[in-house]
Amino acid sequence: MDFNLTEEQQAFRDEVRRFLDENLPPEEERDEMFQLKWGKLVREKRWVGFSWPKEVGGGGGDIMEQAILKEEMANRRAPPLGTCIMGLAWVGPAIIQYGTQDQKGRFIEDILDAKYQWCTGYSEPDIGSDLASLQCKGVREGDHFVVNGQKTWTSLAQWAKWMILLVRTKANTEKKHDGITCLLVEMDSPGITVAPIQNMSKQPFFAEVFFDDVKVPVANLLGKEGQGWQITIGALANERSGISEVTGLLRELDLLKELARNSQLGGRPALEDARVRRRIAEYETRVAAMRFNGLRYLTKQIRGEPLGSETSVNKLHTAHIEKYTAEFALELQGSYGAIAPGRNHPIDHGRWQKEALGWCTAVIGGGTPNIQKNIIAERILGLPHD
Amino acid sequence: MNFGFTEEQEMLRAEVRKFLDSKAPLEEVRKIMESEEGYSPKLWDEMAQLGWLGLLVPEEFGGVGLTWVDLTVLLEETGRSLYPSPLLACTLAVIALCENGTAEQQQRWLPGLADGSRILSVALQEADDRLSPDGTQTTGRREGEKLILRGEKHFVPFATAAHHFVVSFRNSEQPDDVSLAVIDRNADGVEVADTRSIDTTKRFGVLTLSDVAVPEDCVLGESTPASWPAIARLFDHAAAAVTAEAVGAAEGGHALIVEYAKQRMQFGSLIGRYQGVKHPLAEMYVDIESIKSLLYYAAWCLDESPEEAPLYVSMAKAYASDAFTRIGIDGIELHGALGYTWEYDAQLYLKRSKWVKSAYGGSDHHYDRVADLGGF
Repeated sequence: MDFNLTEEQQAFRDEVRRFLDENLPPEEERDEMFQLKWGKLVREKRWVGFSWPKEVGGGGGDIMEQAILKEEMANRRAPPLGTCIMGLAWVGPAIIQYGTQDQKGRFIEDILDAKYQWCTGYSEPDIGSDLASLQCKGVREGDHFVVNGQKTWTSLAQWAKWMILLVRTKANTEKKHDGITCLLVEMDSPGITVAPIQNMSKQPFFAEVFFDDVKVPVANLLGKEGQGWQITIGALANERSGISEVTGLLRELDLLKELARNSQLGGRPALEDARVRRRIAEYETRVAAMRFNGLRYLTKQIRGEPLGSETSVNKLHTAHIEKYTAEFALELQGSYGAIAPGRNHPIDHGRWQKEALGWCTAVIGGGTPNIQKNIIAERILGLPHD
Repeated sequence: MNFGFTEEQEMLRAEVRKFLDSKAPLEEVRKIMESEEGYSPKLWDEMAQLGWLGLLVPEEFGGVGLTWVDLTVLLEETGRSLYPSPLLACTLAVIALCENGTAEQQQRWLPGLADGSRILSVALQEADDRLSPDGTQTTGRREGEKLILRGEKHFVPFATAAHHFVVSFRNSEQPDDVSLAVIDRNADGVEVADTRSIDTTKRFGVLTLSDVAVPEDCVLGESTPASWPAIARLFDHAAAAVTAEAVGAAEGGHALIVEYAKQRMQFGSLIGRYQGVKHPLAEMYVDIESIKSLLYYAAWCLDESPEEAPLYVSMAKAYASDAFTRIGIDGIELHGALGYTWEYDAQLYLKRSKWVKSAYGGSDHHYDRVADLGGF
C-alpha cells in the first residue's frame, strides 16, 4: 500500500491546485458568467474528457492522473468538467471503443465542447430492468436501418440533438442479448416524435420517443450488428465507476451540515444533537467508503485487471445517500419540511424538497438498486439467476 | 499510488490461510474455545515459530519488523477462522512497548512476545467503560522508588493467560495525567478473574490491583512516561485490530450462507434464486467491501499518516460494528432453524459479531468521534 504520488503526479496535482486557486471563486460568487468561463478554461486545459485519447481531442491522461484531477476538483467542490452529460458519461467512451474513424471525427469534439446534448434510448414501455428483452425494431435496408417502435423514460429527449439507441435487428436469437444493435440517431430525423412526460415535480425531464419508419444511415451503426448489448454493458459499467460521484455527494453533505447548523432541535442547533451528528457521520463514512472503494478499483485497473461487477457497490451507496440525505434534511426542517419548493420556501428556496422529489434519476437510471443487487448476487457471489 | 496488498502480503495471507485451514478448522476451534485456557498453547508456539507473533516486533528484538498493514492481513485470516488466541492482547502490548518503551524495556519484554514464551495483555478499561482519559481511575502513588497501583481493570483480553499486563493508571487529579506500566501477574496484590464472553472464542477478565508495588523501571518510557495520546493510540490500534478480525469473520459467515443458498432447495428451487435471499447477501457483500476499504486505509494511516488515523479507524470500526451485527443476525435467519442450533456454525459468527460491536467502542462511540474529528 502506498498513497504517495510520483514526482510527475505531484507536479500534476500542484498544477491542478494552482489552476483552482487562480480560477475557482468561492461558491457564492459562481454566477452564470463564471460557468461559461469555467467551461472554456477547463476545455482549453483538455481536462474535459481527460482520459480520452489525444487523437480524438481528449486529454490523453492516465487513470491515476484522472483520479488526482477528480479528487482535487471534489475537494474544492468545483463544477463538473464538461456539460454534455451522457456524451461524457457513456456515449463518448462507447464511440471511442467501438466507433469508426468517421464517427469519432463527427462526434467526439462536439461532446467535449458540449455543442449539444445526447439522450439514451434504452427503456421501452414494457421493458425496464429486463433491458435485453427490448422490442424496438431495426431492419437493414440497403445503406440504412429502418427503425420502428417506442422508447420511454428517455431523459433530455426533447432537448437532445442525438440519441444512442438500442434496437432489435434479429428476432428469435438463441440468447435474446445477441439480436441487439446500437445506432446513433439524429433526433430531428423524419418519423421521430417526442412526447415529454412530466416527472413528479411537474418538470418535463424525460419523454416518450416514437419511431415511425425512421431511416438511420449505416454510417451511424455503432460497432457491429448484434454487438449492441456488449457495448451497453461496457457503457453502463462506465456509468458506475463511482469516483466522480463522490464530488456531488461531498457537496451534499456540506449543505446538510449547514442546514443542521442552522436548524433548531430542542432549543439548540440540531448539529449539537447526538442523533443528528451520528446520522451525518454515517453518511460521511459511507462517502469515504465510496472514495476508498474507488481507489481500490483504480488500483486494480492500474494493475491491468479488468473491472467487473464490483462497481455496483458504489452505485448502491449512491442510491442510499441520495434517497436518505434529502429525507433527513426534511426531518431537520420540522413543519417546514412539507412546504412546496420554490422562491417562497423559507429554507434555501426548498432545495431539499426538490432533492426529496428528484433523486430518482441517480437512483433508478442505469439500473435500479434491486438490479444492482442481482448483479452482485449473480455475477460475484455466483447465486443462480432469477 | 497503490491501494492494494503487495505480493509478500498476499503470500503471508496464503500461508496463514493454509495453516489455519489445516490446524484450526471450525471443529478444532470448538474444542479450543471450550478448553480451560481458551487457546491452544501448541498452535501458539507454532505460530511463534512461523514468525507471526513477532510480525510487529523489530528485528533487533527477535521479530520480523513488519507493519500494521501486514498485521491486518494476519488478523483478517485469524478472524475468518474465528481462531481463539491471545493475539490481539499481545499485539496491543507490542504496540505499547514499541511506541512508548525505552530500549531497555523493549529488550526486556519484546523477545518473549516474539518467540511466544510470554503473553502480555493490556488493561486499559475500567468498570465505567469510558474510552477517554477519565476512564482511567486506577491510581499510581509514588512511594520511594516504587509506584503503588490501586484499582480495578475490566475487559482485559485473555487475562487468565497473561504473564504480564500493560496497565493504564492515573498520576494525579489532572484529567490527562495518565501513564502506562507493565506489571507482573504474580506480583503481590494482583488478582485475575475470568469473565465469560458471549463469543466463547474470546476471553476477557477482571484484574484487581490491591496496592501493587511496581518498580520505577516498569513505567513505560520511564523519565518521559507515556501519557494520554499514547493510550488513545492504543485504543485506535485496538479498534483497528477488532475491525480486521471482523472483516475476516464477516466474510467467513457470509461465505457459509452463500454456500447454503446454493444448495438448499425449497418450493422446488434453490433458495439462492429468491431475491428475498440473494438481495441481503448482496447487501452484505457491499458492506464487507466497504469495511475493507475503510479498514485498509485506516491501517495504512496507523503506519504512515498518524494524524489521519483516528478519523478513519473510527469510520471503519463504526461501519463494521453495525454491518457485522446485521450479517450475524441475517446469517441465522437465512439458515432457518438450522442456524439456531449449537451444532451448526452460523451461531459462532453471530456471537463474534456481538464481541466486535462491543469491543473498543461501538458504532455510537465511533460515529461520535467521526463527528468530533470531522469538525461538526
